[in-house]
Amino acid sequence: MAAPLALGLIVAVTIRAALFRSSFADLIAERVEVVSPLNAWKRVVEGLALLDLGVSPYSGDVFHETPLVIYFFHFVIDYSEFVFMIADGITAVALYLAVRDYNKIMFRKQKYALEADRYPHDVVELFRTPKEMYYIPLKVALFYLLNPFTVLSCVAKSTCGLNNAVIALFILCTIKGSAFLSAIFLALATYQSIYPLTLFAPALLFLVQRLYIPVSLRSPSFWILAVQYGVMFLGSLAIIVCLSFFLLSSWDFIPSVYGFILTVPDLTPNIGLFWYFFAEMFEHFRLFFLCVFQINVFFYIIPLSIKLKEHPVFLMFMQIAIISIFKSYPTVGDIALYMAFLPAWSHLYRFLRNIFLVSCMLLICSMLFPVLWHLWIFAGSANSNFYYAITLVFNVGQILLVSDYFYAYLRREHHLTHGLYLKKKDGSEATLVLK
Amino acid sequence: MGLLSDPNRRRALTSLLTRLNTPLCVLCYLAGVAWFMGLAFEPFTLRTYMSENAMGSTMVEERFTGGERALSAAREFAVHKKKAGGMPVEWLVQAMQSRGLEVYTQTFSRTLPFPDESKERYMVKGTNVYGILRAPRAPRTESLVLSAPCSPGTANNQAVGLLLSLAQYFRGQIYWAKDLIFLVNDHDLIGMEAWLEGYHDVNITGISAQPLQGRGGSIQAALSLELSSDVITSLDLVLEGLNGQLPNLDLTNLFYAFCQKTGILCTIQGKLQRNDWDTVAGYTHSVQTMLLMVLRQASGRPWGDHGLFLRYHIEAATVRGINSFRQYKTDITTVGKLLEGMYRKLNNLLERLHQSYFFYLLPSLSRFVSIGYYMPAFSLLALILLLRALDLWVQLSTPIAGLEDGTVEGEEVSGPGVLSLVTPVLISHLTGVALYILPVLSQHAAVQHFPVSETEAVVLTAITIYVAGLALPHNTHRVLSGEGTERGWRLLKLLGLLYLAVLLGCTALINFSLGFILALTQVPIAALITPHVPRLLCAGAMILLSPGCTLLLCLFLYQELQEAPLTLLEGWGLFLSAVSQGILDHHLYGSLLYPLLALFIFPCWLLLWNILFWK
Repeated sequence: MAAPLALGLIVAVTIRAALFRSSFADLIAERVEVVSPLNAWKRVVEGLALLDLGVSPYSGDVFHETPLVIYFFHFVIDYSEFVFMIADGITAVALYLAVRDYNKIMFRKQKYALEADRYPHDVVELFRTPKEMYYIPLKVALFYLLNPFTVLSCVAKSTCGLNNAVIALFILCTIKGSAFLSAIFLALATYQSIYPLTLFAPALLFLVQRLYIPVSLRSPSFWILAVQYGVMFLGSLAIIVCLSFFLLSSWDFIPSVYGFILTVPDLTPNIGLFWYFFAEMFEHFRLFFLCVFQINVFFYIIPLSIKLKEHPVFLMFMQIAIISIFKSYPTVGDIALYMAFLPAWSHLYRFLRNIFLVSCMLLICSMLFPVLWHLWIFAGSANSNFYYAITLVFNVGQILLVSDYFYAYLRREHHLTHGLYLKKKDGSEATLVLK
Repeated sequence: MGLLSDPNRRRALTSLLTRLNTPLCVLCYLAGVAWFMGLAFEPFTLRTYMSENAMGSTMVEERFTGGERALSAAREFAVHKKKAGGMPVEWLVQAMQSRGLEVYTQTFSRTLPFPDESKERYMVKGTNVYGILRAPRAPRTESLVLSAPCSPGTANNQAVGLLLSLAQYFRGQIYWAKDLIFLVNDHDLIGMEAWLEGYHDVNITGISAQPLQGRGGSIQAALSLELSSDVITSLDLVLEGLNGQLPNLDLTNLFYAFCQKTGILCTIQGKLQRNDWDTVAGYTHSVQTMLLMVLRQASGRPWGDHGLFLRYHIEAATVRGINSFRQYKTDITTVGKLLEGMYRKLNNLLERLHQSYFFYLLPSLSRFVSIGYYMPAFSLLALILLLRALDLWVQLSTPIAGLEDGTVEGEEVSGPGVLSLVTPVLISHLTGVALYILPVLSQHAAVQHFPVSETEAVVLTAITIYVAGLALPHNTHRVLSGEGTERGWRLLKLLGLLYLAVLLGCTALINFSLGFILALTQVPIAALITPHVPRLLCAGAMILLSPGCTLLLCLFLYQELQEAPLTLLEGWGLFLSAVSQGILDHHLYGSLLYPLLALFIFPCWLLLWNILFWK
C-alpha cells in the first residue's frame, strides 16, 4: 500500500509545483475563499518584515499569526513552497496511518461483537469486510491530497495547511493511543486557532475507551485519566504560550491573535457566516451576537459527545466539520480537512439520503463564488447580497452534508442493535424517521 | 426537513420525479420559453423611473445655442481630416486650445493578430486628442467624459463639431463641479482602449501606447457621440458593452427624460416606441426590440465606443444620431441642448450611479425587465438539467441497492467506468484547446500552403478543427477503451448534465442573454440524448443546435429582426466574418465569448455527441 500512496504524493506535489510556477499562483493567493486575514501569506511576509526591522509584528493591524509560526518562517522563508507541500504531505500520511489503525480497531470490535453474538441475524449485509476496508486509508489520503480545495489552499500558501497538519498529527497520536503526544498536538492546534479546543472531548473519550475504562461520571479511573489528559493538555498549552511570550517578550499576540479570532473585527468577505451579518448589524448588538455566533462552535460538542460517546472518531469528524462551518474566518482549506474523512464513512453510503443533491449544491456554489465576486467587485453590477446568498447556500449545503452523515451513522448503529428489517408492533414494515 | 428525512414521502417524491420526468422537462422548457416571451408584454414589465436623487428633482435650464458654430467646426474638421488623411492632430489641438481647454495627445500603435478585413486594418497607428475643462467649483477628484470618434470618410464629422462647440459653451459656465474631458478617439475602439488603459495606467490587452500626460479625476460617467448629418430624425441609444455588460439603468432614464423634454424622437435598437401594447403588432414590436437587445448582449462585443468604459466601472452609453426619410427633423442645437442637460444632471451626482438596476432588458425605452423577472425563464431551463441528472442518479443507484451484498461488484463496475469517463472528457477538452489556440497560431503556415488570406486562414482553420472535433472523440474513445457499457454512458451523461448546468449558470449570471440562448439550444440536446435514439436524425438535430450553428441561426434571426433578411450565401459570408470578429474581439479587447465557446461549451457539447455514438 505504500507504493500507491507514494505515487499519490508525487502526483500531488507535481500539481502543486506546476501551479506555484504558473501565473495562477498570484491570482489564487488573492482569492478571499482561499485565504482569510488570519492565514494569508501576504500578512506573514508583512509580519516577518516588521520583525526584521525590530518592530513588534503585532503593532499594526495586519499580522495575526502566532509567534511560533512567525519564528518558524523566519528560518524557512526561502523554502516556503516546500514547507507548504511538506505540510500537505504530512497531513495526508498522518490521516492515512490514522484511518488504517482506526479501521483495524473497528474491525476487531466488530469481530468481538460477532463472536459474542451481539448482532441480530439480518444485519450481515451491514458488516464491513476487510476487502472493502483495504483501500479506505489510501482513499482518505488521496481525497486530501488531490482535493482542489487543498491544492488551492497550498498554492495560495495559506497557513491553514499547517494547522491541518497539526490537527492530523493530533488525530494520529490519539488513535495510536499516545496520550502525551496527543495532548501536545492538541495544545498546538488550540494555540494556533482556539477552536480545536473542542476536540479535547473526543480525544479523551477515545483514550478512555482504548483502555476499556467505562465512560461514566461515577467511575474514578475515568476521572483520573481525564485529569491526567487535561493536565498534560493545559501544561503543554501553558508552555507553548510562555515560550511565545519569551520569544517576543510581550503579550501583544494574545489580543492580536485570539482577540482577533473571537471578536471578528475584520469583515473582509469570506465563505463563512460572520462578515455580512456583522457588517449590517448595529454596534450595540454586536457583543450579544458575537456570543451567539461563537457559541455555535463550542456548544454542539456537548450534545454530540453525549450522543456519540461510543464513537469518538466519528465525533471528531463531526466536530472538525462544525468548526470549519461556524468558525469566524473559514477558508476552503478547513473544508478540505473534514472532506478527507468522507471515504472513511463509505459504509454509510446506503443510508445517505441527499448526497447527490448536496454534492450538486456544493459543486455549483464553489463555481459561483468567483463569478459573483467578479460581478460584485470588478463589474460593479452585483452587490454583496449576491455573494452572501451563495455563502449561505454553501453553508446550508455543508450542514446538510454533515447532518446526513450523522443521521446515517446513527441509523446504522440502530440497525446493528435492532436488526435491519424493522417491524412495527402490528407486524408491518417500519421506517425510521428523523424528526 | 420532513420532506428530506421522511423516507416514505421521499420515496413518493422520487418516484414522482422519475415517472413524470419527461413531461416535467417538456413543461419546464415550454414554461421557460413562454416566460421569456411574456417578458415583452407590457403589463408584465415595469415603467422606468429615475432612482438617483441627485438627478431627479433639480431641473436644469438648457441654453445651448451653438448649433451653427458646431456645423462650421464640423466642416472645418472635415477639410482638415481629408488633408491629413486621418486624424488632424494639430488642427484639433489648436481648436481645443483656442476654446480654452487643457489639451493633450496620446499616440498608440497596435498590430492585430491577423488582418481585420471588414475594417481593412492590420498595423494600426493613431493619436487620441483630448482636452480637459477643469472644474471651477470643486476639488478636481471626479470627471465626466464626452467622446466622439474620428472615423474614416465623412462619418461622424458633426459629432466632433458638436463636441468642440459644447466645449466652448461649457467653458463659459460656472457650475461645473466635475472635470469635463472632451476626447476625440482615433481608430474607434482600439483608440478608446489605448486611452482608457493610459488613463487608468494599466496594460491588460498588450497595446503599446504612450502614457497620458494629463488626467482629470476618477471618471463617473461617459457618453460617446456619433452624428453624421446636419439634421437628424431620431437619436438611438446604444447600451450593450463588452461581455454583455450594461450601464446603470439611470443613464437610460436620464437620456429618455431629456428626449421627452426637448422633444427629440428616441429609439433603442433602432426601434421607436409604440403605445398600442394590447395589439398583436404592438406586442411583436416590443418582442423584436427585446430580442435584438438579447442578441446584441449575447454577442459580448461592444456595440459602440462606450463599450470599453464599462470594464472600468464607468457608466457609459453611445448616443447615435439617425437620419432617415422621415419628415420630422431635429437640428443640431437641440441635440446640443439635450447633451447639456444630461451633463448638467450628471454634474450633480454625489456618488457613482448605483441606485438603479444593472441587470435589465429593455422591450422599449420606457419599460424594463429586471433580473428578478427574467431569471425564472433561465432557471426553468436549467431545472431540466437537474431533473434529468436526478433521474439518471436514481437509475444509476437502484441496481446497486438491488444487489447490495455485492459492494465489491459495484467497485469492479465503477472502476473501468470512471476510466472510460476520463478519456472522452480529456479528448473533448483538448479539441477545445486546439480550437482556441491553433487558428491564430497556424495562420502563417496555412497561408504558405493554401491560396487564402490570413483572415480566411484563421476562420477556415477554426471551422476545420470544429468539424474535425465531431469525428475525433468517439473514435479514439472506442479504440482506447473498447465497447462502452450501459452504465458508462449514463455516468458520462450525468457528468455532461452537471457540467452544462454549472457552465450555463455561471454564464447566465454574467451575461444573461448568452446564457439563455445557449440554454435554449443546449438543454434539449442534453436532456434527450441517449445511444438508443434514431442516430441519423439526432445527429442532424445535434449539429443544428451545436454552438457553431447556433451562431449562424442567431445571425439569421438578427438580420430578420433588423428587417434586412439574408440569403443563404450572404448568411455564410456574415458567419465567416462573425467568427473572425469574435476572435479579434477576444485578442483586442478581451471579450470572453470565443474562449467560453471554444474551451467550455464546445467540449461539453462534444461530450453529449460522444453519448450518441456510444456503442
